[in-house]
Amino acid sequence: MVDPFLASRLQFALTTMVHIIFPVMSMGLAPFLIYFTWKDIRTGKPVYEQLRRFWTKIFAISFVVGTVTGIVLEFEFGTNFAAFATAAGELFGGPLAVEGMMAFMLEATFLGIFVFGRKRVGDKLYFLSSVAVGLGTWLSAVWILIANSWMQTPRGFRTVTEDGQMIIKLVDPIAAYFNPRFGYMFVHMQNAAVESVALFMAGIAAYYVFKHHVRNIEIDNVNFWETTLKIALIALLITAPFQVYQGDMYARQVAETQPQKFAAMEAVWETDSYVPEYMIAFPTSLDSITDPRAKELFGLGIPGGASWLASGGDPNAEIRGLNSFEAQSPPVAIVFWAFRAMVGMGFWFILLSFWGGYRWYKGQLFDDGLLHKALMGSSLLGIIAVELGWVVTEVGRQPWIIQGVMKTSEGVSPGLTGTEATITLISFLVVYLTLLGLYTYVIARVIRNGPPRGEQLRERPDRTPMPESPTMEVADND
Amino acid sequence: MISVESLSAGPLFGLPLPEIWFGLIFALLATFLFLDGFDFGAGAIFGLLDTDHERETVLAAIGPFWDGNEVWLVVFGGALFAAFPEAYATLFSRHYLLMFGILGALILRGLAPEMYEQRHDKRWQQAWSIAFVVGSVLAPFLLGVFAGNWLVGNEGSMSLVGVIVGLTLTLLTVVSGAAFLQLKAPTDLPDRVSTYGQYAISGYLLAVVATLVILAVQLPSGLSTLLHPAIIALVVTSIGLTAGYVVAMQRGESLLALGTAAVLTYGLVTVVAIIMYPAIDPATGATISETIVSTLPLNLMSMAAALLLPLVASYFVVLYSVFSGPITHEEAY
Ligand code: HDD
Ligand code: HEM
Ligand code: HEM
Repeated sequence: MVDPFLASRLQFALTTMVHIIFPVMSMGLAPFLIYFTWKDIRTGKPVYEQLRRFWTKIFAISFVVGTVTGIVLEFEFGTNFAAFATAAGELFGGPLAVEGMMAFMLEATFLGIFVFGRKRVGDKLYFLSSVAVGLGTWLSAVWILIANSWMQTPRGFRTVTEDGQMIIKLVDPIAAYFNPRFGYMFVHMQNAAVESVALFMAGIAAYYVFKHHVRNIEIDNVNFWETTLKIALIALLITAPFQVYQGDMYARQVAETQPQKFAAMEAVWETDSYVPEYMIAFPTSLDSITDPRAKELFGLGIPGGASWLASGGDPNAEIRGLNSFEAQSPPVAIVFWAFRAMVGMGFWFILLSFWGGYRWYKGQLFDDGLLHKALMGSSLLGIIAVELGWVVTEVGRQPWIIQGVMKTSEGVSPGLTGTEATITLISFLVVYLTLLGLYTYVIARVIRNGPPRGEQLRERPDRTPMPESPTMEVADND
Repeated sequence: MISVESLSAGPLFGLPLPEIWFGLIFALLATFLFLDGFDFGAGAIFGLLDTDHERETVLAAIGPFWDGNEVWLVVFGGALFAAFPEAYATLFSRHYLLMFGILGALILRGLAPEMYEQRHDKRWQQAWSIAFVVGSVLAPFLLGVFAGNWLVGNEGSMSLVGVIVGLTLTLLTVVSGAAFLQLKAPTDLPDRVSTYGQYAISGYLLAVVATLVILAVQLPSGLSTLLHPAIIALVVTSIGLTAGYVVAMQRGESLLALGTAAVLTYGLVTVVAIIMYPAIDPATGATISETIVSTLPLNLMSMAAALLLPLVASYFVVLYSVFSGPITHEEAY
């Protein structure tokens, strides 16, 4: 039997890492759907109805899976981390309850109208429901990230001991909820979600555009895929550079507020100044994969780069090494490599967006087969970068469940047995792998079926019949 | 201006907030059990139908609603966590496997309709039909087991009280589900649906009696707790409502029948709350005043709830009025 502590951590890791895929899809799709709905109503062009209906379908499926996996997480705080839930309830329970009332309710009710109600409501209420759904997904991120960022940089509380147990009391709600990490985390997460969805859209669209224009295999709906590719590319051009720019500030904030995590991200063991930043690091031996140490890595380092990053501009700044902390270090290898991979992908996405933007500018967007292949290959990388970023955040926080306040080992449910925890861990492994398989299968089918067309279009009873316009290569030329 | 100091000094307007939150938590639970209850009931009845058309009708009837309905469970959990964190933690971790059983059932129930619609071959749809029915029946049953264990302070996962309360709740969801389906699809579904509801309500009445008997035996203060005037009044009213439900279903007045089912659900939960009060976790003997969070977070939560719950109610009014009346078979998305 796995130890209940380890099993609970593994189970939480598994269940959140699966859950996050679906909120990323829904939060990232939300602004696109609002835009498509708006354009559909305003222009009446079939391609916008196609875009809205096609991506709404993907949204709706993601939402269902997000819901069923999300409830699991909320329950797990009580089932597996009861000591943590008891100790931190005053600060942690509130945001979760408000998330439910303020965000999930808004999202789940208006989604009913948004998905099933096009023929039953007028344009105004329909557009309003797209906004309500989008707002709901973003508000849920606000509250869940308030809870999480508070675990990283806890503020506005004091601790007391009741019946031999530590209880955290809320003293200053503003300081607690708008803790130093929250803003960075929210902006980084939401931009990541839009970026990931843009990559996903671009990858699929590139496949069909490639098939049609490069391979010369006739497909219907080329126009739809071309428009999708362009819109995704615009989103990528905005989000990709911003993510890296903001990520840089974010890293500085981590260095300030969670120096031990930062040392793990950079694999700095001894306190040092003028620490280089290894943009690309090559392990020199097998050991340096599992036990990376900045000093022993062979890589492309920017001299003083890590110091510069941590201090906001001073390449000579000192970085505290892992050995200088009293608490045990987090698993450095995981944090170090996950951080490298996320950052590397961040730069790759910028390159992709510029490449695509340049081709578009030259009028060759639909002809560059290599670009199409690169986009196809990158369609899931955004989501993978999100996963890795969360691994940095959560694994890097170890051994603390609340940074500097409570250890993860003190947070686990006291009565939980190894047998119980192992049963649920194994069950989740099976159920969630099946879930991912089914989700992939369904999404793949939706994509293969393509957008609604012909007869299925023109939902609005009052819509004046439009002449089929064959010259719609840029759909927003109104 | 409201300041942190004034919010920490004492309860908002001097209100009895621990009692209000105790009531609110059960109100949230009851709302979930009624609203998602008719989805569960519809899911159970789904298993008794014959044709594809009938089954599609059931899925179309609950389609726009179930997701919003299920959020009441999330809010129930969140409110319990926010107001009585210690109770939330001990209760959920004590019933560890049971909680994951409920989650598993909810996953099946949520996923199955989405999957069912994907492909039209027989075996695929059969498999997802089974998943849907199992999830829809198991979810209220296990929730009932949980409620029963909670009420009598049972430590383990399964207990006699738990099983009986579980049956009671499952039957009650079929009662609501039948009325809901009659309302949404008066012509597409066979007349037997109405009969199922009437059978279920007779079973429900028996199950309630069985629950009361076993509670009288098992509860420490036994009979005297159950002789609370409010409980007697609720039980008597429930018997009256049962008759009302049968008559309403036979006359085809489904909305009235659904309303009756709602009152029955709120009544049942009220009985549970009255028996439990002032404990929040009878197993540990923890009372509401011992486990309630401090004044400041409680006041903040109360303001948030006072502001947001009416808003949430308005969303549901919009949703249910947009989709009022019998369903039409139209394509989603
Ligand atoms: C598309 C995905 C994506 C991309 C390209 C990047 N990130 Fe990121 N990153 C995330 C998605 C993400 C995230 C959504 O997964 C995290 C987890 C927690 C959070 O707020 O965002 C994250 C966390 C995260 C953290 C950990 C913060 C903590 O411990 O709380 C840092 C320091 C950075 N990021 C910095 C960067 C830098 C410097 C990047 C590029 C050069 C970068 N990120 C690209
Ligand atoms: C959805 C994105 C998230 C992912 C992928 C993620 C990932 C993880 C991982 C990998 C762990 C295990 C770390 C370890 O034990 O070594 C973990 C633990 C944990 N996370 Fe997250 N997390 C996410 C979001 C959140 C949020 C938003 C919260 C709080 C609201 C949260 C709270 C926790 C808690 C309480 C634990 C268990 C204790 C611990 O191991 O520190 N996580 N998460
Ligand atoms: C470990 C922490 C987390 C918990 C406890 C949690 C809890 C939940 C719950 C209970 C639901 C279901 C709501 C419903 O019924 O509609 C849900 C869905 C959702 N969660 Fe999480 N969640 C976690 C992590 C995250 C993170 C990190 C994000 C994003 C920043 C997020 C964003 C969402 C969104 C947008 C939904 C709506 C469903 C969807 O659109 O897919 N969650 N979550």
